[in-house]
Amino acid sequence: MPSGPANRAGSASGEAARGAAQPPGARSPAAGPPAAGSPRAGAILEVRDLSVDYLAGSGAVTAVDRVSFHVDPGEFMGIVGESGCGKSTLLFGIARLLAPPAELSGGCVMFRGANMVGLTDKELAAVRWKDLSVVMQSAMNALNPVTSIRAQFRDAMRAHGVTSRHEIARRSAEVLQMVGIDPVHLDSYPHQLSGGMRQRSMIAMAMLFTPELVIMDEPTSALDVVAQRSLMVQIKELQRQYGFAVIFVTHDMSLISHFSDRLMVMYAGQVAEIGATRRVFESPLHPYSAGLMEAFPSIRGPRAELTGIPGSPPDLARPPQGCRFAPRCPKVMPRCTSEQPGLYRAGGTDVRCFLHEGGAGTAGAGNGGAGDSGGDGGGVAGADSGSRS
Amino acid sequence: MTGLSARRGRQADARSAAGAAGPAAPGTGALLRTEALTKHFKVGTALSRRTLHAADDVSMSIGERQIVALAGESGSGKSTIARLLTRIYKPTSGEIYFQGTPLSSIRSRADRLRYSGLVPMVFQDPFSSINPVFRISHGVLRALALHRPELSRRQRYAEAERVFGVVGLTPAAEVLQRYPHELSGGQRQRVGFAQALAMRPKLIVADEPVSMLDVSIRIGLLNLMARLRDQEGVSILYITHDIASARYVADRLIVMYAGHIAESGPVEEVLAGPRHPYTQLLLSAVPDPRAPLAVGAATDRGEPPKVIDPAPGCRFRWRCPLAIDRCHQVTPELRELLPAHHAACHVARAGAATKAFG
Amino acid sequence: MAMMPVPTAAGDAPAQPGQAPGAGGPARWARGSGWARLGRAVTSNGKATAGTVLLAFFCFLAAFPGVLARGDPNAEVYGRSLGPSVRHLLGTTAYGQDIFAQTVWGTREVVIIAVAVGLLSTAIATIIGVAAAYLGGFSDGLLSLLTDVLLVIPLFPLLIVIAAYVRGAGTTVLVVVLTVTGWSYTARQLRAQALSLRRRDFLEAARVRGERKLYIIAVEIIPTMTSLLVASFLTNALYAVLFSSSLQFIGLGNPNTVSWGTMLYWAQNNEALQTGQYLWAVVPGACIAALGAAFALLNYAFDEIGNPALRPVRRTRAKRAG
Repeated sequence: MPSGPANRAGSASGEAARGAAQPPGARSPAAGPPAAGSPRAGAILEVRDLSVDYLAGSGAVTAVDRVSFHVDPGEFMGIVGESGCGKSTLLFGIARLLAPPAELSGGCVMFRGANMVGLTDKELAAVRWKDLSVVMQSAMNALNPVTSIRAQFRDAMRAHGVTSRHEIARRSAEVLQMVGIDPVHLDSYPHQLSGGMRQRSMIAMAMLFTPELVIMDEPTSALDVVAQRSLMVQIKELQRQYGFAVIFVTHDMSLISHFSDRLMVMYAGQVAEIGATRRVFESPLHPYSAGLMEAFPSIRGPRAELTGIPGSPPDLARPPQGCRFAPRCPKVMPRCTSEQPGLYRAGGTDVRCFLHEGGAGTAGAGNGGAGDSGGDGGGVAGADSGSRS
Repeated sequence: MTGLSARRGRQADARSAAGAAGPAAPGTGALLRTEALTKHFKVGTALSRRTLHAADDVSMSIGERQIVALAGESGSGKSTIARLLTRIYKPTSGEIYFQGTPLSSIRSRADRLRYSGLVPMVFQDPFSSINPVFRISHGVLRALALHRPELSRRQRYAEAERVFGVVGLTPAAEVLQRYPHELSGGQRQRVGFAQALAMRPKLIVADEPVSMLDVSIRIGLLNLMARLRDQEGVSILYITHDIASARYVADRLIVMYAGHIAESGPVEEVLAGPRHPYTQLLLSAVPDPRAPLAVGAATDRGEPPKVIDPAPGCRFRWRCPLAIDRCHQVTPELRELLPAHHAACHVARAGAATKAFG
Repeated sequence: MAMMPVPTAAGDAPAQPGQAPGAGGPARWARGSGWARLGRAVTSNGKATAGTVLLAFFCFLAAFPGVLARGDPNAEVYGRSLGPSVRHLLGTTAYGQDIFAQTVWGTREVVIIAVAVGLLSTAIATIIGVAAAYLGGFSDGLLSLLTDVLLVIPLFPLLIVIAAYVRGAGTTVLVVVLTVTGWSYTARQLRAQALSLRRRDFLEAARVRGERKLYIIAVEIIPTMTSLLVASFLTNALYAVLFSSSLQFIGLGNPNTVSWGTMLYWAQNNEALQTGQYLWAVVPGACIAALGAAFALLNYAFDEIGNPALRPVRRTRAKRAG
């Protein structure tokens, strides 16, 4: 029985309906115009040199500076960073949800082979929610407070062409059960549900058409620690069952370390480090990542005095000339204040730091990242794709 | 572990061992002590009047030069306790004793003012806890004007600069002239501590002071709190939902659930061997990047209840795998299982830690 | 669903001295003293500039009418119903008065009424609205009842009744009448905003610090509501311009004063539009509209200045790369 609504014409709907039955990775990129440079084979999302500017009265502020990464089908990609690093802006850029004064100022977003940046609203609407859905940070902000959950699911489904009332009811109950909520809550209003249940219903809504990629913007930050853990476990379980890829943006590094396959650390709008999660955690190469790992007090283990990272992130309206982390870096060299490091490959991870310039090969040009090689070196696919749990 | 941190660890252990006595020992010189502190709120419409039990029967104590962490999830009552201690709320029943004097005996404006100087509060949200219209100096100068009237204007300014130096906001004179929107979140929280310090307090009630800050910034503020305890001799009630930070900075830990105290004791002891099942659940859910996350087969999915018109019995019984009949009938009292280590649980034993989850 | 996270930094001290963290954009021109900020805000916003220029023009006319129009505006010495000419820029009335002179001298009364009603209404609305919000409970109930009762009474009939009772209302009476009937609208708005501010932490911080309630209301709450207070003033001033002119138009003002409203009254009495003396009717009407527009423009502008999300954004073409 197809796990998605089957009463729509078009190949996209058919694929979505077959979503769960398809093994991940078996999909080939749609036949769109090939972008400059061949798309990475098999990747479901490839972001290349994406830049987002905020147009302020006095000039543009670059919130996201030439960020590149890719996500393979079924992969759990974590993006971590602190306030002001641009991770949420990056997410909105990928999902084409930016509104003025923010705008995409460069780069491309190849989703299943087609460049999302060039799509019109109509074409985007076809992609949204069927193949790519978004879970927002605060369910209380994203859910309509004056309509019931059932009505909101119905709106979403109607917007994508499902009109049969029977089908809507069936699918609504089905997705709620997927996330562990009793369907009797379909008639509740958001404020009647607990925080954890609200977030789950957001995820259920994102799962309505079993998309291939779900983007999540800090869905756990408003929850208590027990609810957080159970939500993460639920997401992993759904991922295992339905095979979709996840991009998970958060500031909570300790939480993400247990669930993500690959991890990208952002700082001041740029990629600082990207690689397999365990590797980034156990041996962080970038001084910022290393500083972050040190900033977590531990529950188990010895009680030691910690130091955070002194100073503040740079003012993005006037970024420093060289490396953006140089003013706060404990390992700063004279070179760092005048030149911007590129992304260098060092032992399976890409690092934006001159300390690792002479690594196993330069992944990018001297100025800025020219694309990450993720965890897959050359033709050896799978070896560095991270430890999938 | 370096020598410095080892010494700090030993100091902390010594402090918790000598820690303030539990609620059953009156007149022990505790700085602040509560006895059966209770706060109820009326909710519902005129037709169906119900009461929300925000805090019930809370008996705890805080000693001199001590950091006590009050941990719990949402709805546990920890913020209510903060507001009761700073007299924003009036208790429904029960009593608070500060340096032996009950708070209910504080009537005159002079007494109230004096108490508010001795027990100030630091708020959670750095972006709304400072008035955006005035310069940073406004709050601290007002605090000094109210609580240390013996100082002249120039002395007040000098004192303001001094406390800003203590909290690490340098150059103090320059920071004092800035506006709040020119400061970062971490700096604003330091301003909050400086304002509290200016009043020469005995106990600072810090309501989730680091929850809204970035992770790399939190450590700086936690270190500041430890420094205030050590160098300024101030006690701090550190309210948080983050057990890891509680462990880092606190001497004693009090865990609250649904308006009751579940467990309290020296922080290392409680975390190494929790006696209350809820404490154990909380610990198991805390992610530690250096250790794999314990994902039990039966992942607890419940959330703390909103306690409205509750029936007697343990409020954790619905989620507790060890619940027995007694748990459904009799509300457990806080019992001293080990020296200065209490738990409110019928099945908790002094001998061994409780193994309810995972 | 298009939320825009604004890049802000949440770093910490000890930062390098002089390094001011924060985003670009708003923080940049938010630096500096209040007046400098105000000046920059006004010049950067088209509506603010237009409104300010208009208002300044009318205020100048009100303060120094003799500069532009010499001679007594009431003197009925000129030829009657003359058309516009070099001597009489806007022609003359049916009584032989110079329309241009009347318009210029009439500005004073309107501006005085507008500013006076604006200030007084806002002051009363602030005291009642903010006190109601902060004191809460019984006081709030009482004050809100008072506000709502006055709000619900139909305005124009009430104005007519009062003005008719007073018979030949001069400036002072008009100001009093308009203030008494006008404060309740903005009082509700101010109460609503004060209510939303009540739980702001800095107010609780002030309370915990030991400040008195009156101090908190006056020093901590009201200064943070400046933009709404300015908006209240502008709204009330606009309301005063329109309603005072309307009252004068239907004859309830003092017909012997020189004011735009009375000009309209006399023009109507002499069937100016029907007899082709268009300027007599149109000019004062246009001035009323212009002064009202000045207040309205400033109101919009202050909204935009206070809330960056409302500002118009110049769209540039998105770069298509790759």
